[in-house]
Amino acid sequence: MNPADSKIPEGPIAEKWTNYKAHQKLVNPANKRKLDVIVVGTGLAGASAASTLAELGFNVLNFCIQDSPRRAHSIAAQGGINAAKNYQNDGDSVYRLFYDTVKGGDYRAREANVYRLAEVSNNIIDQCVAQGVPFAREYGGLLANRSFGGAQVSRTFYAKGQTGQQLLLGAYSSLNRQIQLGKVKSFNRYEMHDVVLVKDKDGVERARGIIAKNLVTGKMERFAAHAVVIATGGYGNAYFLSTNAMACNVSAAMACYRKGALFANPAFVQIHPTCIPVHGDKQSKLTLMSESLRNDGRIWVPKDIEDARKLQKGEIKGSDIPEEKRDYYLERRYPAFGNLVPRDVASRAAKERCDKGFGVNNTGLAVFLDFSEAINRLGIDVVRQRYGNLFDMYEEITDVNPGELANEVNGEKYYNPMMIFPAIHYTMGGIWVDYELQTTIKGLFAIGECNFSDHGANRLGASALMQGLADGYFVLPYTIQNYLSDQISVPHFSTDLPEFDAAEAKCQQAMDKLMNIKGKRSVDSIHKELGHIMWEYIGMARNKQGLETAIEKLKELQHVFDTDLFIPGDQDGMNVELDKAFRLNDFIAMGKLMAYDALNRNESCGGHFREEYQTEEGEAKRDDEHYFYVSCWDYQGKDKAPEQIIEPLHYEAIKVQTRNYKS
Amino acid sequence: MEDSIMKVNLKVWRQKNAKAKGEFVTYTDVETTPDTSFLETLDILNERLVEEGQEPIVFDHDCREGICGMCSLYINGHPHGPATGATTCQLYMRRFANGETITVEPWRSAAFPVIKDLMVDRNAFDKIQQAGGYVSFNCGGAQDANDLPISKVNADESMDSASCIGCGACVAACKNGSAMLFVSAKIGQLALLPQGAVEKDRRVRAMVDKMDELGFGNCTNTGACAAECPKNIKLYNIGRMNRHYIAAKCKE
Repeated sequence: MNPADSKIPEGPIAEKWTNYKAHQKLVNPANKRKLDVIVVGTGLAGASAASTLAELGFNVLNFCIQDSPRRAHSIAAQGGINAAKNYQNDGDSVYRLFYDTVKGGDYRAREANVYRLAEVSNNIIDQCVAQGVPFAREYGGLLANRSFGGAQVSRTFYAKGQTGQQLLLGAYSSLNRQIQLGKVKSFNRYEMHDVVLVKDKDGVERARGIIAKNLVTGKMERFAAHAVVIATGGYGNAYFLSTNAMACNVSAAMACYRKGALFANPAFVQIHPTCIPVHGDKQSKLTLMSESLRNDGRIWVPKDIEDARKLQKGEIKGSDIPEEKRDYYLERRYPAFGNLVPRDVASRAAKERCDKGFGVNNTGLAVFLDFSEAINRLGIDVVRQRYGNLFDMYEEITDVNPGELANEVNGEKYYNPMMIFPAIHYTMGGIWVDYELQTTIKGLFAIGECNFSDHGANRLGASALMQGLADGYFVLPYTIQNYLSDQISVPHFSTDLPEFDAAEAKCQQAMDKLMNIKGKRSVDSIHKELGHIMWEYIGMARNKQGLETAIEKLKELQHVFDTDLFIPGDQDGMNVELDKAFRLNDFIAMGKLMAYDALNRNESCGGHFREEYQTEEGEAKRDDEHYFYVSCWDYQGKDKAPEQIIEPLHYEAIKVQTRNYKS
Repeated sequence: MEDSIMKVNLKVWRQKNAKAKGEFVTYTDVETTPDTSFLETLDILNERLVEEGQEPIVFDHDCREGICGMCSLYINGHPHGPATGATTCQLYMRRFANGETITVEPWRSAAFPVIKDLMVDRNAFDKIQQAGGYVSFNCGGAQDANDLPISKVNADESMDSASCIGCGACVAACKNGSAMLFVSAKIGQLALLPQGAVEKDRRVRAMVDKMDELGFGNCTNTGACAAECPKNIKLYNIGRMNRHYIAAKCKE
């Protein structure tokens, strides 16, 4: 096992992928029919991979925990998808998208993977249009674009504020076609509990199947295949409150990690700057307001601390504060990018203002996102056309209509601003994969958010959809053949092998153990406690002492979980509390892993901000001399610290420099 | 935003599994706030039930921001509750009165059997989509996206139809248990685009026939589906689908 071998092809960066495809091994059509592939997950990555593999002729088994593949959380992505089409003639190119993504990721992504991503981005748009995805268009009938953070061009394609939904339904439609044709078998309300490794005659262990729980019957079931692909998303729910869906979890990835797959950069978590602020302790999740709002919305807090205090007490409203007393702090600090700085920068800037006492709501943990200037410039109709559904969503949740005229001072019209605050949104870290998206376990692949490869220490807006679909439509279907070409003489696997017996028994024992704790604490009460620890010590700002405290607190929490958990009901049929407990156990382990990684990385970069390492202006201070690497973690056992393995980064095309969004 | 406490009574359908006989159980004095969502209020009640050693109420939910289509619930006689243009997860307690008794049922339709408590099986919707809700082409074969200009009017209208989240509220609202709005939304999305035109006859026949086969009722133009749709899918989709279906059948 050597993560240094990322299998990056030879040649100049722009030719690597072409070279790879020209020389890789393929599987002929007759042999594809003999090979089975398991794809776990039906989000953008999972659904696109499952349908494309089936189109090629492989037999696909596809799993999701929801009641239908169409529910995966990719569906909630609002703003858009990036591509280097340069339809706007504004100077975009594959190289510029590649460059922006590497820079946005604060120079911690693998260069060759990102270049490939930028390269195939254009194919994704073609593919989705052909599927019938109703992207926004201009009156001339051609596709429309908008801008997103971290870019100076308009390269984001969108379908109202529902781009993720439309792209996912596109992938779901292709998947449905393959289900109808019998090439994909779809298993809904199934949750993967373990990956099954089988030792070949040559002594090599390979991923040959999974154990999945049928959530309706409560029974463990076995599935075998020639290769296993996990596309199971990120681990944001370790924080309890996040923008992730309720069922998003890290258990499939943790199962792979425990079986020997390395976990890379777990500390790299994205905190999205524009979410609706937390309102109370009964809240179950946080709602994102699309980054696209930053195209026309301006972020501010009062200049005067007295105004902030009055806002916190509810004595005045945002619209009472006139233009000259507002501090548009992003425009002030980052004149070149203004409100469209990358997410990590915008989030930290909001925290900085709130820490100084300028927060604008009763908790002091909110800033304003204001559309007055845009409404005065464009009129309410145009603004509503662009963001109407987001305004409505905001009003439904907060009872405040952001487009409503609220005040008029000296002829200047002020509309109700939104209140926003950063929240956990996306995880850049994930299962380590090589250039072929294969993990350190042979035959086990990881795609989409659940791998680590393309976003470095911070993901740019509208790039998650791009990566999920790039992996599923255009990368994995090629690279997996390089592996499967050696497997054509291996017959269909039986799930009666002793390895499957052992794996299933272990999964069942784990469930029995949870049921038998019979303590007093509910799953959610422990999960909320986990969330507090995570946000407090491994959140937007971290330091050595806090991270060490977090590791101790997480060990204590694991003990509480192991000894005082209570799950009502039994294992016959559906038991929602049991399934939540299974996931929580892995979130606690994940939290510890994140803390170890954050503690190791003595620098600030992207979403990882260590308070000890900042400039005088409060900007992140990277340490390229010591930390220009991917930090990979090797599982050593439940109560042991993981072992670190390093993949050094090598940049050929891009000069590593300090990120600058000021000029 | 106010922090005032309110109390409601929840009259909830409980059913152990598909075969068991169900019943209403009323839980009184559930403490919540006007700014808490309806599903969070169910969470609060569930937390109380777990503390009492009882099994929590099972209900489908996931994204909790109104887009995944997972949440359902028939609340006080309306799919997704009293708010219009919003799903159950986007429903906030300020819509209810302090002390109110709120009745919560699962989707009521023969095509959506109950799995447990408030959770139903909507697999029939997937089957209809599998019958023809796609453009038949393989990944990699597409032309450049801008080689195919599409009028903005058609693209926007297609987008409106494509907004359907597949939650099943239309079926639950319909006295006939008809899935016409759901099916016609997909038909409409693809019928308005040149990509979908080539196989539009085949598609409409396959999807409508599958819908009938799965036991969904017929449409009698009551319009409850569109009135209750959380995504405001328009009734004219059904008219368009009928027109396409008749034309396609005539060509058979």
